[in-house]
Amino acid sequence: MAAAHAEHLEHHGPPAPHYSSRITPGVLGMFLFIASEVMLFGSFFTAYFFVRVVNGVPWPTPPYHLPVYVAFVNTCILVTSSFTVHWSLQSIKRGNVWGLRAGLLLTFLMGLTFLITQAIEYSRIGFNTSDGAFATIFFCLTGLHGAHVFVGLSILAFMTIRAFRGHFSAEHHDGVEIGGIYWHFVDVMWIVVYLTVYIL
Amino acid sequence: MRNPLRSEDEAFRFLIAALIAALVIAVAAYVNTWLGVAAAVVAVGGLVWWLREEPLPGVADAPQKLTSSSPTGMHRVLVVALPGTESVKLADGVGEVMVVVPAVSSRVQALTGDVDGRRAEAERTAAALAARIPNARAEVGADDPALAVDDALRTFGADEIVVVGDEELVDQVRGRVTIPVSRA
Repeated sequence: MAAAHAEHLEHHGPPAPHYSSRITPGVLGMFLFIASEVMLFGSFFTAYFFVRVVNGVPWPTPPYHLPVYVAFVNTCILVTSSFTVHWSLQSIKRGNVWGLRAGLLLTFLMGLTFLITQAIEYSRIGFNTSDGAFATIFFCLTGLHGAHVFVGLSILAFMTIRAFRGHFSAEHHDGVEIGGIYWHFVDVMWIVVYLTVYIL
Repeated sequence: MRNPLRSEDEAFRFLIAALIAALVIAVAAYVNTWLGVAAAVVAVGGLVWWLREEPLPGVADAPQKLTSSSPTGMHRVLVVALPGTESVKLADGVGEVMVVVPAVSSRVQALTGDVDGRRAEAERTAAALAARIPNARAEVGADDPALAVDDALRTFGADEIVVVGDEELVDQVRGRVTIPVSRA
């Protein structure tokens, strides 16, 4: 009480300007990002369920087959890359710069492997976007995710370059934190896409 | 509901949870596709429940109170009046007065954006009170009275707050500020 009174006497004028009392800009930005991504992926998944459930199109449409096991290996690679990006952030939080660099480099290489494997899978899959609704929605869903991986790889490339230039430290590593959140998001979305398109 | 992407640590935890759910769904789908669909519905429900049940960071902390005062030699009063208030009786010798009228609306009105009527009512009350109270200016505040007080104090340093409303509202405002709060 006495401290509050002393503070009251010392302070003049209104309190310092502040952002919204209800939500911080960072959290608001992340909510808007999640909302926009949910709408984007949601529209593609709506098309998928319409084609498969409402229209009753067999999945995959004969005589085509989906490369489930190649996609499974690719899934393992992408999920592992989430572990390495997490390791890189934990390393820099402890001031381990080489752990950060190794983690980011490994993450970038695994992300690149995922994208190249997906491109090879596209070239050998035996059908194209024009081969019916099944083929169209398959390429749209996996391609939309591939575009997200490409964006994530671009972010990872910048993060890796910055890490090798010594831009991050135990105190300042927001660039790794934000990139890591995006990469985990991309991984979670792939798990959803893989289960929906390849497994169910 | 907790934001699963609030930080890298939380996003990684969410990924692990999604991975476990995916394993359950994959095993169920291996047995039967419809069993996999049922497992997916249960898994999504489980994830949503988990995010809802997780305590939000900072919720357990006591809310930070706002402190405020006016320049030396002045005594400024912030009046919080609900829409429909016709008059406010203030003590003599008060310097500047600012009246804030929260545009109180129901949850449904706030969610649907149907707040024009409530805002117009708050504007009428604000104009009437500004005309009746000497040295007063008035403005319409946020739909939450406590938030309206927060916003007003950021532009108008006050030494005292007078609330025209019930005791519950007075306690609510008292819990947010360090300056004296009284009920008119």
